[in-house]
Amino acid sequence: MSDWTDLQNDLEQDGYVAAPDLAMALHLSLELGRPLLLEGEAGVGKTELARALSAAKGCDLIRLQCYEGLDAAQAIYEWNYQRQLLAIRAASEAGERGAEDRLFSEDYLLERPLLRAIRQPTPPVLLIDEIDRADEEFEAFLLEILSDFQITIPELGTITATSRPMVILTANGTRDLSDALRRRCLYAYVDYPDPATERAILTRRHPEVEPRLAAQIVGFVQAVRREELEKKPGVAEMLDFAAAVAGLGVNDLNSDPAVLSVTLATLLKTRSDRAAIPPEVAARLAGKAA
Amino acid sequence: MTRVTRFSARDDGPATRIAGFVAHLRANGFRVGPEETRLSVDALSRVMIEPETTRLALQTVLCGCREERDRFPELFTAYWMNNGRVREKIVNSAASSLEHTRTTRKGAEQSDSTGTADSPEDGPDGEADTYAEGTGKLVASDLNNLMKKDLREVVSPDDIREAEAIARRLGAAIRRKRSRRARIAAKCSGVDFRRTIRRSLASGGEPLHIIRRKPLDRPLRIAALCDVSGSMTLYARPFLAFLAGLMRADHDADAYLFHTRLVRITEALRDDDPMRALNRITLLADGFGGGSRIGGSLDQFSRTYARRFVDGRTVLMVLSDGYDSADPELISEALQRLSRRGCRIIWLNPLKGWTGYEPVARGMAAALPHLDLFAAANTLADLASLEKELTRL
Repeated sequence: MSDWTDLQNDLEQDGYVAAPDLAMALHLSLELGRPLLLEGEAGVGKTELARALSAAKGCDLIRLQCYEGLDAAQAIYEWNYQRQLLAIRAASEAGERGAEDRLFSEDYLLERPLLRAIRQPTPPVLLIDEIDRADEEFEAFLLEILSDFQITIPELGTITATSRPMVILTANGTRDLSDALRRRCLYAYVDYPDPATERAILTRRHPEVEPRLAAQIVGFVQAVRREELEKKPGVAEMLDFAAAVAGLGVNDLNSDPAVLSVTLATLLKTRSDRAAIPPEVAARLAGKAA
Repeated sequence: MTRVTRFSARDDGPATRIAGFVAHLRANGFRVGPEETRLSVDALSRVMIEPETTRLALQTVLCGCREERDRFPELFTAYWMNNGRVREKIVNSAASSLEHTRTTRKGAEQSDSTGTADSPEDGPDGEADTYAEGTGKLVASDLNNLMKKDLREVVSPDDIREAEAIARRLGAAIRRKRSRRARIAAKCSGVDFRRTIRRSLASGGEPLHIIRRKPLDRPLRIAALCDVSGSMTLYARPFLAFLAGLMRADHDADAYLFHTRLVRITEALRDDDPMRALNRITLLADGFGGGSRIGGSLDQFSRTYARRFVDGRTVLMVLSDGYDSADPELISEALQRLSRRGCRIIWLNPLKGWTGYEPVARGMAAALPHLDLFAAANTLADLASLEKELTRL
């Protein structure tokens, strides 16, 4: 019985600082063999968790990015029609018989992420990103695969999983997910990290930023998140901001308001958000964070 | 560990306690059942047994959405950390108020007839006064109505059935339009190889007919915001029935009520039993028939739910008379923010049906420039006649 704190440490080794509830959710999802559904604002590190998990477990990461209109041909498998047409033509010119057996064989099958995930020799991490962007019909389809881990291809027969992938689904709340999907998964809500966690993330990712500046940066970003904004800066934005500040050779956020307002471009990404935090406000927030 | 609840000696052991906890969550509105109980026991067998770890593990297994996760710690403490008192203290407000409404329904009805916010506070807008003559019901007020109004008295099952049919037709009207748009925007079409090859069998393997993939049929979603403030009490019946019907007919639709606050009622309205759905809304909508803060509610909507549920393919339907107690600027700003998300905005005003009506209420006047359609709607029949307008939109 490996404990969930071990997993938390492993993830940290790979640069991902997970909050206790998130590490526990991931641990149980691996132990119970259930998919894990992660919800949260954009930029809190949902996708990153899958990456860190695959690094910690030393296995492949297979990613399925969902979008509206995603269908089975894009997500599961597709026949390579162009090749089939060529093969038919070649066979008829050579006067061969029995070409149809060959046409529907593995050679002409294009694997898409879901099929690829269940045919790996070692269990990979399967990341189904932004499931709420896909249509509800696709959700139903996915449910079937997630419960049986087998896929039926009419021409080939049923393909059963050689290894059960570790499944992580992420959602941004574009629409409500069905109860059936929620019930099939374990659930974790990922929040913006608290200051201590965020400092740990920053020092993990950018060790060159000295502790005092790191504390300032995190304090400042946390203060910016408390403002009324259309799009609050996520962890990724915070890291960009830190990289920008460090890259410009700044040692103290309060030293140069001009530099601060320039680097805000990494944090605030809409016009109205830029307008909401003019240079004076930014300087005030930075002053308080110090 | 001393705070841990002491269970009775007759207790059968951990599994029973967990089943009890799951039942406790269920009573508090969590959607959990035997499968989750089994999973919880399984999960606990894989972690160290220690209060904080147990809480994290059970939270992972038993919560299904953010709201549940936020309520979980409290419920966990109530059940497991209650020092021996198991039943009495754990009944949460949701469950208790449910009981309350059931048993005291009769009483609540009686008090309603006198208390539905007939407390016209002469608002800042002069126009309101002219309309207030006679009935005294058309004035926006800022008061919260603390009395609970039972919506089951307002809406009957027949209404809902009728409304469902209308909602279906309206949905179809929008769908018809959407398919026409799809044909015009047919630039993303590709060749459907599977069908092309199947068809080519007839011509000896020669793909003579190339079959093209049709562009996606992208459904439009309806998000309806219904004003249930005092001035709208008279019209609440058709509108609520319409919302209930809409939710049942169209699974993508979204519904909200507002008076001085905004409440999302989509989930509640989807309940299989229409009457129980209304009962659930009654619980959500305390303040029904009270004051109105249209601007504030729209503003709140545009900042919260709209981010998630409103995009370029949403039709936003506001059912309100436009009498607002707050600054009309707020309405205008909120609508502007919403329309920037690319949605179409329809405002259905029951007063527009009156002869000689002019949208002079300041809130209404502020909203007008941002609307794609401004129409009258007092009854279900009026809503039904919107079909044509929606097709044209």
